[in-house]
Order: sequence, then C-alpha cells, then structure tokens
Amino acid sequence: MADFLSVSGWLLVFLQGLLFLVGAPLMVGWIRLIKSRLQNRRGPGITQPLRDLYKLFGKEVLVAHSASIVFRTAPYIVLASTLVAVSIVPLLSANLPSAMAADMIVLVGFLALGRFFLALAGMDVGSSFGGMGSSREMLVSALAEPAMLMAVFTLAMSAHSTNLSSVVEFNLGSGLILRPSFLFALLGLVLVAIAETGRIPIDNPATHLELTMIHEAMILEYSGRHLAMMEWAAQLKLMLYGVLIANLFFPWGIATELSVMSLATGLLAVVGKLLVLGILVAVAETVLAKMRLFKVPQYLNLAFLLTLLGLFSHVILESGT
Amino acid sequence: MNNPLTLALTAVLLALASALVSLLAQRYPVLIKWLVMPLLGASGLVAAMAGIDGLLSGQVISSQLPFGLPWLAWRVRVDVLASFFLLLIGMVSVAVAWYAPGYVREFENGRSPFTVLGGFSGLFLAGMQWVVIADDAFSFMVAWELMSLSSYFLVTFQHENSANRRAGFLYLMMAEIGALAILLGYGVLAGNGHGFAFDAMRQAHVTGLWASVAFALAFLGFGMKAGLVPVHAWLPEAHPVAPSHVSALMSGVMLKVAVYGFIRFSFDLLGEIQWGWGVAVLLIGSISALMGVLYALMQHDLKRLLAYHSVENIGIIFIGLGLAMVFAGTGHPLLAALGLVAALYHTINHALFKSLLFLGAGAVLHSSHQRDMEQMGGLLHKMPWTGLFFLIGCISIAALPPFNGFVSEWLTFQAALQAWALENGVLRSLIPITAAMLALTGALAAACFVKVYGVSFLGQARSKQVRKAREVDWGMRMGQGLLAAFCLLLGIFPTSMIGLINSIPQQLLGTGLKQATEHGWLWLTPLGASVASYSAPLILLGLLFAWGLAAWVMRRGSVREIRRSDAWDCGFSPLNSRMQYTASSFAQPIRRVFGLLFHIEEGIKREQSGQLRHELHVGDRLWGWLYAPVARIVLNGGRLAGRLQSGHVRNYLGWTLATLVVVLWLIS
Amino acid sequence: MMLAHLPLLEQGIFVLAALVLFTSFALLAQTRLTAAIHSFAWQGIMVALVTVLVAMVSHIHHLYLSALLTFSLKSLLIPWMLHRLVRRLNMEREVEMISHPAILLLTGAVLVIFSYWIALPIERLGLGNTRNIVAISLSVVLLGLWMMVSRRQVIAQVLGFMSMENGLFLAAVASTKGMPLVVELGVAFDVLVAAVLFGIFFFHISESIESLDVDRLNRLSEREEIS
Repeated sequence: MADFLSVSGWLLVFLQGLLFLVGAPLMVGWIRLIKSRLQNRRGPGITQPLRDLYKLFGKEVLVAHSASIVFRTAPYIVLASTLVAVSIVPLLSANLPSAMAADMIVLVGFLALGRFFLALAGMDVGSSFGGMGSSREMLVSALAEPAMLMAVFTLAMSAHSTNLSSVVEFNLGSGLILRPSFLFALLGLVLVAIAETGRIPIDNPATHLELTMIHEAMILEYSGRHLAMMEWAAQLKLMLYGVLIANLFFPWGIATELSVMSLATGLLAVVGKLLVLGILVAVAETVLAKMRLFKVPQYLNLAFLLTLLGLFSHVILESGT
Repeated sequence: MNNPLTLALTAVLLALASALVSLLAQRYPVLIKWLVMPLLGASGLVAAMAGIDGLLSGQVISSQLPFGLPWLAWRVRVDVLASFFLLLIGMVSVAVAWYAPGYVREFENGRSPFTVLGGFSGLFLAGMQWVVIADDAFSFMVAWELMSLSSYFLVTFQHENSANRRAGFLYLMMAEIGALAILLGYGVLAGNGHGFAFDAMRQAHVTGLWASVAFALAFLGFGMKAGLVPVHAWLPEAHPVAPSHVSALMSGVMLKVAVYGFIRFSFDLLGEIQWGWGVAVLLIGSISALMGVLYALMQHDLKRLLAYHSVENIGIIFIGLGLAMVFAGTGHPLLAALGLVAALYHTINHALFKSLLFLGAGAVLHSSHQRDMEQMGGLLHKMPWTGLFFLIGCISIAALPPFNGFVSEWLTFQAALQAWALENGVLRSLIPITAAMLALTGALAAACFVKVYGVSFLGQARSKQVRKAREVDWGMRMGQGLLAAFCLLLGIFPTSMIGLINSIPQQLLGTGLKQATEHGWLWLTPLGASVASYSAPLILLGLLFAWGLAAWVMRRGSVREIRRSDAWDCGFSPLNSRMQYTASSFAQPIRRVFGLLFHIEEGIKREQSGQLRHELHVGDRLWGWLYAPVARIVLNGGRLAGRLQSGHVRNYLGWTLATLVVVLWLIS
Repeated sequence: MMLAHLPLLEQGIFVLAALVLFTSFALLAQTRLTAAIHSFAWQGIMVALVTVLVAMVSHIHHLYLSALLTFSLKSLLIPWMLHRLVRRLNMEREVEMISHPAILLLTGAVLVIFSYWIALPIERLGLGNTRNIVAISLSVVLLGLWMMVSRRQVIAQVLGFMSMENGLFLAAVASTKGMPLVVELGVAFDVLVAAVLFGIFFFHISESIESLDVDRLNRLSEREEIS
C-alpha cells in the first residue's frame, strides 16, 4: 500500500490513460490499413479513426423522442467505465498504483458495467434493431464470461495473486517457462477477446446489414458526440484486450522502474507487440468469414474448453505434489 | 436496556403488538398507516439496533424465559451470528414499514381484511426475529412454524384467486416437509447430546455417520426453505402471489433466516465439518445459481422472475458456504473464514437488493396493475424515482461495480481462487469449475436485468394501463430509496461491513479475516495486499473523474444543445410500441442455447378470427422429473390407504384392536 | 514439483502432452470426418514429438525409432488410408449431427478429472518427472472410448479406437521410457492391420446397408427380423 501514494505513479496512470485514448483509434486504423492492403486496396491512413472521432464531436446530437435519460447518460458511463478499466492494465510499466485499487476481476466487472449500459441504451429507444443488438450482445458476453474467468484463474493460480501488476511481475520474474496452462489460457483469451470486442468471426465492425449487427445495432440511434464516445469506448476495449494479451503473456520489455529510459523501452515494446497483434487480427479477419449467431455458442464452448484444459494442465502437470 | 438481548426481545414484542393492533384495523383502517406499520417499523429499527449492538460488543448473552415446557424453559441467546441476522431483518423491515401503508391502500376496498394482512405481517416478523434468537430446538421449531404458517396466510391473502390457493398449498406442504427434516436433524443431535438446548448439542460432538445424517437432514430442511434446486418449486409460485411488501420480506428476509438456520446448524452445533459436505453444498449451490438465473430469464411475469433470481442468489450464498466448509474440513480456517464472510456479505446484499426490487415491482404493480412485462415499457418516463431505484437494484443484483452485489461476488471469487492451497488435486480442479459457473451465472443475471429494465422501464408503453401509470407516493419512494442507499453504501464501504461481521468467523471457525481491513477503510484486502486488493471508493472516484472529464470535454464542443427527432431505425417508418423487442424475444437466443434445460412448448395456433397466434410456454423440467413422480407415488399410496376406509364401524374397531395388540407386544 | 525447476526440454514434454489432450478433445468435437482425421494426424505428430523429446532427455536411442514409427504410421499412413476411404465412400462432406456438443465436452472434462484422481496413487510411486503425464494418457484413453460411445459414424469410432492406442503409447513413453522395441513393433503392426481390416469391413458394410451409421447396424439382429 505504500507505493499507492507516489505522485509519479499516478502521473503514470494518467499518462497511460492518455496513451490509451490516442492509441486505441490508431490501433483500429492500423488494423484497417493492413486489412485494406490485404484486400488490394490503398485504404485510408492510420489516423482516419481519430479524424472520424474529431468530426463526430463537432456534429449535432440527435435524440429520439422516446429516448429517456438512460440513453443520454449511457455514453458517459460506457466511456468512463472503459477508461477506469484501461487505467488498471499495465501498459508501459508493470508497477501501477491503480492496479492496487482494482484487480483482474474488477476489470472484468467494469467491462461488464459498460456493457450493461450499452445494452440498456440499445433498448431505450424501443426500435427492434436496438433490442436485437442488446439481446445478442448479452448472450455473447454471458457465454464468454466463464472462459474469461477461467483464463484469469489459470494466471492467478500460478501467480497466487489477481493483481495485474503482480501477475506481470511474476511472469517477468520467472523467465521463459513453457507452461502448457498459459498456452491454453492464451488461446482461450484470444478467442474471448475476439468475441468481446466484436470482431470477425463473431461480429463484423464494418457491417451495414442490420440483421447481422451486434454492436452496431445497439448504437444505431446515436449521433454526434454520443456516437463518438461509444465508438471510442469500443476502440479502447479492443486495445485493452490487445495490451492485456501482449503484456500478460509476453511481458518482456515492460518497464519495472520509473525512469524515462525504461518507460521509453516499455512504450516501444508495447507498440511493437500491438503492431504484430494488429497484423494478426487483420489477417484473421481477411481469411475468416463471419459465423452465424447460433454457431457462436460452439465457438465460445471452444474458448471455455481451452481455458478449462489450461486449468487442468496447471493442476495436473504443473502443481503435482 | 442497552443489552442486545433485551433489544431483540423488545423487537419481538413490538412486532407482536403490531399484530395485535391490527385486530382493530378492519374497523379503523387509518390505524394501518398510523399504528400497525409504524410499530412494525419500530420493531425493525429496534432489531437493527440490537444487531449493531451485538456485533459491536461481540459478546454472547443468553437467558431463559419463564415459559415453555416444564422441563425445558425457552432459552434465548444473542451472539454475533444472531446479531448479524437481526440487523438484516431490521434493515429490510424498516424499509418495508415505510413502503407498506401506501401499497396496502389498494386493498382498502377489497374483500380481504386488513386484519389478516397486518396481523400476519406482525406475526411473521416476530417469528423470524425469534428464530434467530432461539437457543433450544423446541423454541426454534415453534418460531420456525410461526414464520412458516403466518407467511402461508400472507401468500393466500388474495385467496379468491385459485392460483394463489394452489401456490399457498404447495408452499405449506413443502415448508412442513422441510420443517420435519429439520426436526429430525435436531433429533439426531439431541439424541447424542441428551438435551434439546443448543448448548447440550454443542457438547455432543456427533461423529461419523450420524453427523452426516444430521447434516443431510438439515441441508434438506433448510435448503427447502431457502429454495435450493431441486427443492425450489414452491418459491417461484408462492413469492409472486403475496402482496409485494410481503414478497420483499419473504424473499429478502425469510430465505435468509433459512440460511441462518443452516449456518447455525452446521457451523455451530454440529462441530467438526467434513469437507465432503462442503462439496455437496458447493455443487448444489452452483446448480441452483445457474438454474435459477436461466429460469428467471425465461419469465415475463416480473415478480416471478425476481423469485427465480432468489433461487440464483441463494445458490451463490451456498457456493460461499460450500467453499467455507471445504476449506474448514481440510484444515484451512483462514480461507474458510473468507468463504463464510463472502456468503454472509452476499446474504445481506441479497436481502437489500432483492427487497428493493420487489418493492419496485410492487410500485409498478400498484400504479399500473401490471405484472406482465410484455405489457410494460417506458415506465422510466412515468415513474422516474422508482425507475432510478429499480436501476440501482438491477445493477446491484447483476454484480456490477461499484455496487454491493459486486463486492460479495468478488469475495466469493477470491475464496474460490485460493483453491491452489488445497492438497487434493480433484478439489483443486473442481472449485474453479464451480467458479466458472458462478461467472456464467453473473453474466446471465446481467443479461436478465438488461431484459427486465430494458423491457419494462425503457422503450415505449405497450398497454393502456402502463401509459397511465403515475409515480407512487413519497412513503413508497422512501422505502425504496432507503434500500437503494444501503446498496450503494455497502458497495462503497465494504471494509466497514466486513469489520462488523468479522467476529462471526472468529466465533464459528476460530479465526477472523484480520488482514481484510488492516490497511484502513479504503482498502479491502481479504488475504493481504499481495494477494488481492480492491478499493471501491477509489474506483468510484476514478469513475466519477472520468465521467466528469468526458462531460467537460464534450461541453466544449461547438454544438451543445440536443435536438429531439424521430428515431432513425435505419430509415423505417415511425416506430410503434409493438415493434419493440419483447421480453420473450430478448431471451430467445438464450432459450435456444440452453434449450436442453427447459421444458418448452411452442406452437402456432390459428384463432377463430383467422389470426395466427404464437404460443410459447417454458416450464421447469424438474416438475416432470421429480415432482410429478413423487406426487404420483403419494397419490397411489393414499389410494391404497384409502381402502382401509370401508365404512363399517366394526372394521375400524378391528383395526384399533390389532394396533393395540401390536403396540402392547412391542413395548412388552 | 515446480515446473520452473525443470530443464526446457522437459517443459516441452509437458506442453506437448497437454496438446495431445487438446487434440483428443478436438477429435471428440469434430463433426466433419476429414477434419477429425486431421486432428488424429496431429495427435500422432504430438505423440511422436513427445517421444523424440523423451529420447533426447533420457538418451535412449531406440525411442527415436519408435518416434519415427509413430509418425509415419499414425500421422501419415493411417490418416491417408482413412482419407482415401472417405473419398471412395463419398463422405467428404458428411457432417454428423451432435445433439448436445456442450454435454459431450463437459463429460470429457469430467473424465479428465476422474483419470487424474485415478492416477494420483501412480504418481506417488515416483517414476521421475514425467509421471504426471500418466493422468493425461489415461484421459486420452478414456476420451477415445467416450468418442466411440458417443459417435455414431463408424469412422469416428475407428478414430476413437486409434487415439486410445495413442494414449497407451504416451503412457508407456512418458512413465517408463517406452516399451521394449519388439513390443512396440508388434503393437504398431497390430494397429496397421486393424486399420486395413476396418477399411475392408467398412467398404462391405456400406455396400450392404448403404450407410456407416452404427445405430443402423442393429437391424442385423434377429429380434428385428422376427418382428
């Protein structure tokens, strides 16, 4: 608890929040760029999502007559809860004071809070598309939750802590160990991340076909700055999962002390990891097709199975008496 | 006077007084508002004071009352466990007493007399308080029956409805079977301990098979009252049909009294805990949690849905208790204390948010006379306060931070995460699976409350009554607001509450969670800061900061005002209320994914007018698998026994003679 | 035992053993025959790799030979034969309906826990660092049998049978550093012959009843004829 009061630590939390805010649209831009190159298009520049957000802020806000106060506050709650969630994920440095205040389970909780209001906002106007999106989103997230938690469990049972900073430090400290449990947890978490961030094959972020939308259906009625906040939160969530996967399973390069040099190394390392991850996502999205909604349970079953095997291999292979 | 036991007895007396006064209420209805309910509230307040006093002082005070059986005077005792439950009963009943006068006005012109409502409410509350302070099996059972029977009369309050009578009968039957099991469980203990006083039972040290038998009986009996799957069938029938404030008391408090009984029996009276029992409790608990929430998702009657959620939450409580028993049985008292604290925290949380939600449902019912969610919609516009409080209840029950439900689920997860400390590898892999089921339950609960809130409070009104709904009076709002405030407080300051209840594992398991609060009120560190820490105030601060920042940035944009227009809806023609997603359609994907667990009857029927009508009925599989066969066996047995009734007096005398001969032979 | 204290090669054995378990589950859940055959081939590769690693750790040279044998037989020859069979029977696109995939997999998970429980006393015998793999191999065996119980498609049943053999082989390699070479050669030959015979039988079965659904084989019983 002692390092909780360090000013530099909290400055770092603030800095990394800003980095997330700027980085998330850039990461989406990067994925889109790679995707368009893979499809033989030139594609817009990497800063296009940032410019889109800026443009949306200047636009007029339209709100349906039937919308209630929930519709208008939801963007703020969704963005704020996602921001709180990203501020506890180690981005540059393993040692975050905010990770003390909230562990992995709280992280999951905050993402759930954002989703809860997102889904409520989808129901608020009373259009059929909004309800459809909410219903599907809640189904996907409900089925993803056990897998997510099992992955968290596998990590936490090895590190004996649910504190994100501690887990990163544990992985960093134990060097290169081939843990079958981590392999499975990683695979499972990747599948969960794809489902939770609404990427192909679960949901297509670029779709404009109403009947297949999930995330887009929920924010159908939003415009102007409200829409910008919702989009921003979704992009933040994507980057959050990316950083989580990159820094939990491949923690190398992350700063362990608060010096400019090591923070710069940490930044370079995490940018490098995210670029690679972005390429992987783009390739996967180009190769795969979106699946039917009722195939999604099978997909998430697989994710759960993987994380379950991760747990079993932890119990059977790694911690035998 | 400053003694928790005296306070608790005063609370019981006040509740009885409230019952007595309501005898006059039929004559003077004004008494309900000015005397009956205030007395009930005062009883709750005094009970809460007794609870806080008992928890703070941490002492055990026992006494004997001058009545009861000649050889067994009634004993009463207040310790920290009893204090905790007194506090819980008190908190909820104060809120209910605020709420009730406004709500019962509806029954003013009804045929059902006020006397019944007020009288049995008072007896019900007195019974629950008394169960908690009883210190011998005899007075425990008397109080238990008082609680069961008076709530039966409350369930059948509107008995002109045949469904209510049926629900009441089912409730009464299962309550009595459960009571029988509890009685037998006490019998086993009393037989070994030579006395019905709890003290004698504590000394008994039952071991081996008899301990397991006693445990199984108690688990069945208390589990039946608590509503664990598969003996939950009465709960979704009985809770919705009672008047809403009584539903709040039943779901919020009475189920907790059953949890109290279970804790008292297995942790306190039984002595040595075996880890095998813990596994049983854990499995039953996780199955209850999952089945409860899945069935809740399929309901569109608001109160019935909430009742199924009680099954879910009781399951979560028993997951915590099961973890505590597993850890206690394998010699990890500290981890057992964590499990127990998680279960107790969820107990009080569930009492608060479930009562809040039932009061909210009651408010909706009061102003729109609708229980069917398919007829609601847009209620937030009509009832902003109820809508706000109901939203708080929804967030709390969906276990979202920073409200109270999240804290207890977090604690339960932390307890489950300590499974690595166990030597037994099978347990090490089993406990995370139950935790995964808990995670699934939590996520499904969130889905369910998106459905509840989205369908009933958001969107557009689906029926005329709902369009005409109005906000309820201030007393009803006060009752809900009080509970909502408690939900928020318990979510943000968990350390204070855990500091209060820490003496309970201290008493029952010999060790408390000292580390949990050692870093001050800001930090909750159940097993030390290196394992896990959670700071709800900081998190809330961060949330508000981010919100404020976002709002501040947004306000600086060039366009500030908001323009109202028609909904976009991808350019379709104007929306009407029938185009909205309904409760059934919201739950359809989940119904399909988990179809195996439901008994689904779905079909399309052509009506006489030529219209097509889609019919959907989702039933409980367990009816067919468990209840119907049992009912058949009982009926057949009854028919066989009925043959004895031949109608000839001499035959009956013959049976009497035979019985007499057999009895004499047996005792000789 | 702490994984971190082991040399990297032995950690590799654990990872591969876990992957063998995963391929068993993949086999269980695959509804397309060709995909299932691929999973089986992958399982063979994993088992062969485990054998190579064990050979490298323990310096037992005949294990290289059994690894080669396993690889060529179970990940090349038998999958190729099954593939050919599937092609000749025109079943490449056939998808078997599994009514409740979640229950199938959960039962599999229960079997894994069960075999772990069973294998606990064996672990206490202390057969070296790789003893924990016994539990994995036992679960591979049980999962193979469970696959034979739960699937109706006869080729899926053969795959289950073959993966049972993989599990036994894994157990032998991991716990006692392999069987004597003669025994291994014999078993490998047995498996090969079994595969050939299965192939011939399927061909005849499918010609006579025009299906490879084992549930339809009960029509051959006499009871059916009487009624």
